[in-house]
Amino acid sequence: MAADQSRIRNFCIIAHIDHGKSTLADRIIEMTGLLTSREMQSQVLDNMDLERERGITIKAQAVRTVYRAEDGEEYIFNLIDTPGHVDFNYEVSRSLAACDGAILVVDAAQGIEAQTLANVYLALDHDLDVFPVLNKIDLPSADPERVAAEIEDVIGIEAADAPRISAKTGLNVGEVLERIVKELPAPSGDPDAPLQALIFDSLYDSYKGVIVFCRIKNGTIRKGMPVKMMATGAAADVVEVGYFGAGQFIPCESLSAGMVGYMTASIKNVRDTMVGDTITSREAPCEEPLPGYKKVTPMVYCGLYPADGAKYPDLRDALEKLQLNDASLFFEAETSIALGFGFRCGFLGLLHLDIIEERLEREYNLDLVTTAPGVVYRVHKTNGEVMDLTNPSNLPDPSEIDYMEEPIVSAEIMVTTEFVGAIMTLCQERRGVYLGMEYIETTRALLKYELPLNEIIYDFFDALKSRSRGYASFDYDLKGYQQSKLVKLDILVNREEVDALSFIVFEGSAYERGRKMCEKLKEEIPRHLFEIPIQAAVGGKIIARETVKAMRKDVLAKCYGGDISRKRKLLEKQKEGKKRMRQIGSVEIPQKAFMSVLKLDDE
Amino acid sequence: MGESLGLYLHIPFCAGKCLYCDFLSFPAPEETRSLYVRRLSEEIRACGARGGMRERIVDTVFIGGGTPSLLLQEETEALLEAVRDSFQVAADAEITMEANPGSLGRAAAGRLREAGVTRLSLGLQSACDRELARLGRIHTCRAFLESFDGAREAGFDNLNVDLMSGLPGQTAESFQKTLALAARLGPEHISAYSLIIEEGTPFYETYGAMKADLERYGEWEDIPLRRRAAYQGTLPLPGETADREMYHMTREFLMGQGYSRYEISNYAKNGRECRHNIRYWTGGDYLGLGLGAASLVDGTRFTVTRSLEEYLGQTREDFLLGRQYRGTHTLSAREKMEEFMFLGLRLTRGVEAVCFSRRFGKPLASVYKDACARLMGEGLLAAAGEGDGRRYYLTERGLDVSNCALAEFLLDEWNTGLQGKRESL
Repeated sequence: MAADQSRIRNFCIIAHIDHGKSTLADRIIEMTGLLTSREMQSQVLDNMDLERERGITIKAQAVRTVYRAEDGEEYIFNLIDTPGHVDFNYEVSRSLAACDGAILVVDAAQGIEAQTLANVYLALDHDLDVFPVLNKIDLPSADPERVAAEIEDVIGIEAADAPRISAKTGLNVGEVLERIVKELPAPSGDPDAPLQALIFDSLYDSYKGVIVFCRIKNGTIRKGMPVKMMATGAAADVVEVGYFGAGQFIPCESLSAGMVGYMTASIKNVRDTMVGDTITSREAPCEEPLPGYKKVTPMVYCGLYPADGAKYPDLRDALEKLQLNDASLFFEAETSIALGFGFRCGFLGLLHLDIIEERLEREYNLDLVTTAPGVVYRVHKTNGEVMDLTNPSNLPDPSEIDYMEEPIVSAEIMVTTEFVGAIMTLCQERRGVYLGMEYIETTRALLKYELPLNEIIYDFFDALKSRSRGYASFDYDLKGYQQSKLVKLDILVNREEVDALSFIVFEGSAYERGRKMCEKLKEEIPRHLFEIPIQAAVGGKIIARETVKAMRKDVLAKCYGGDISRKRKLLEKQKEGKKRMRQIGSVEIPQKAFMSVLKLDDE
Repeated sequence: MGESLGLYLHIPFCAGKCLYCDFLSFPAPEETRSLYVRRLSEEIRACGARGGMRERIVDTVFIGGGTPSLLLQEETEALLEAVRDSFQVAADAEITMEANPGSLGRAAAGRLREAGVTRLSLGLQSACDRELARLGRIHTCRAFLESFDGAREAGFDNLNVDLMSGLPGQTAESFQKTLALAARLGPEHISAYSLIIEEGTPFYETYGAMKADLERYGEWEDIPLRRRAAYQGTLPLPGETADREMYHMTREFLMGQGYSRYEISNYAKNGRECRHNIRYWTGGDYLGLGLGAASLVDGTRFTVTRSLEEYLGQTREDFLLGRQYRGTHTLSAREKMEEFMFLGLRLTRGVEAVCFSRRFGKPLASVYKDACARLMGEGLLAAAGEGDGRRYYLTERGLDVSNCALAEFLLDEWNTGLQGKRESL
């Protein structure tokens, strides 16, 4: 193990989705020893099933390999993988802080996309050295000249002699390895200084407790050393330190400045080891923590309820277990008149919500009812109090409200020029404020808009894709809060308010949204033996209405000997169907109705 | 259900297939029919020889199809002879045969009577020739009248006529005409069903989507315009209100003509209910013979293969060993209770509490406490009588939406009311 920092390279790969980040990572691992290509499962870094299915990395992980360079020396490569989705920007940022350099992968046919930019800016913000690589060079549509020019124009880094590779076939990847050695800097920290280690990820293990992934900036961490986490204050004694060899933890005696590895200290609570925090020695602490630590705040909240009330404890246990490995998941108990006992959950974004929901359903076998996800509104009350509203049902009486604010993001949307008009219309529909536009070349444009977060968390991405025939991409950053005229939209089914369907919405959109929700619910709610009025109301005033007519006929006219098993199946199906319903008063509403009312863009 | 047994014989041949029909029937050449009848006779004889059959008393026989009346006289006779040879048939057994008007003249009817058929079921469906043509029926109303008269002249005093409502293009008025004609003829029994659009039939191709929309929205005017536009040029199926109107009209009219509705779709004059069908709804045992025929014997349901090739290839030994059967399923106690309810409640007299407790050893009112309370609260179920005379039956509204009501009688796993008592599956 090289203690010589000059032989270490700590780097990550940044790219837009599907441009080949994971494939390149696989190739680098393959070509640098520790595993042969036979031994590799493809995309070895993504070791959760879910991740493999979705093709995106959710948790940052790291791999250490050894490269014998052309100069004859052995180099330690610490490849730190980063999530590629906007929901997880904070985690990306911390992973970048653990690196000294980055490889920017761009699809030589597609060129730069919104996330390419977002990630590059982040990397440059962290003072990383970045060199570009043009991937998928084997595709007939690859146009490396054009893309290299794009990179130079838009991002401003040299790309003329960027390696032109195919990560899939391995073509020219060797050149990338050499560049890592030649162009990315070695770390430079003082191994004898007080310990300063950056936590960039953690994993909960039932035997070892929390496994903390860290980059040692300065100092040395050893087995048995007493340490503390500077932001959370948690103290612990190091039980084990080590490094990663593609999927395995390899213990060692110590890790010193410039190295990337892990440590365990019998820590029970992942919240004690927050990403971005600094680990230092209790006996000889460093003066300042490493910069950039930030408490993660959820952006999107929803209510999660068990379909079967009896499974409430199971849901609670499942959330607790998920939280062990996901410090950014927030939940607290709440009740709904319509749905009973459940939890108000906070997520980094809708993708995060989707993933958690799927894990709850798949790994913990839970049937869930999800209420409409919403953002966090800030309510300024007349008595001076300011409250953060995560559940629309908690909105105070209008007479107590002075004004309200909603979160705003600044978004960058990359789209082909023929759809610029359609996308600008979409942004306008979503109360966007136009900030500017840049042409990337004659065929593509980068649109900049400020948009309210609540207008983009649901189906904005889908609408974007459909109105641009799939060619648009976007990324956003929370900008801050802005005052807005907001109202609470209530839905009444059979004249009873269903609190789980309540919604905070921009006043000007209330009618449209209410109307669409009533229409959607009318489609979703099956006919009952009585007529069901569905109404949307704001402040007690009905603004939209639909009716589900009563069922007059549901009978099997003929039923003889041979029909009986078929008849039984029919009745069983009806009974089964009822199980998927929630009884709200005297009306049965299908579980999916709660979420489907959000898919309102019909384009 | 003790000692009595019903027999069902299936004759899967038709001259042509009606557009709405999803029964197991098809045209076939005479050799095939003749071979089939031979096999069926063998099956009858073999079944009679199987364990326990000889002790049973067959009090109903139903020859259905297809078009049983397509058989040659000697073929029908051969089958009935096989039945009488192989089983103990009660002297006053009800022996029904289905016949297609147009394939049954007075002479043929007479011969059937001689062969032992005591009851004929004639499919009229509609008195309106245009409607008949739309259904793909191969006869006219006149042909039906001739068959009916022929049957009477041949001495049949137990006749059934099948009618259909809810036909595409049908109105309350045209249906009234059909009802009036049928009633005027005075058959002892009338079966009047709403048309069911079955998957796999030509009607499904034409009307499947329309039916789904009508089920979803109820009335034509509630179907969204853009969907309604797709149905222009196709005859409309009646909306819910019209359909129910026809159903209720049937009852009112026929009651006024001396018929009594004893089951959702079946009407009879004084005591002339179809005993064979009542078995189905009261959980009585019946043995099905012939292609695709279903049986319920000693708590087990099984069906003959639906493959003509397989059936025709069966040997006597195969039949003796029951190799023609598929899908054998022994009913659990729970399933039996459920069937008792969802079949029994099709009868307008409903189900008797004392029958339930005698059969299952538990009181109906406790096993189905919640379901009964709920349905009675919603006005779909009613109860009458006290103590041993207590019975439960579906109300008018309950009959209209009987599927909803009957689904309530399916028991959840943990709610069989039979805790501590495990019945085998």
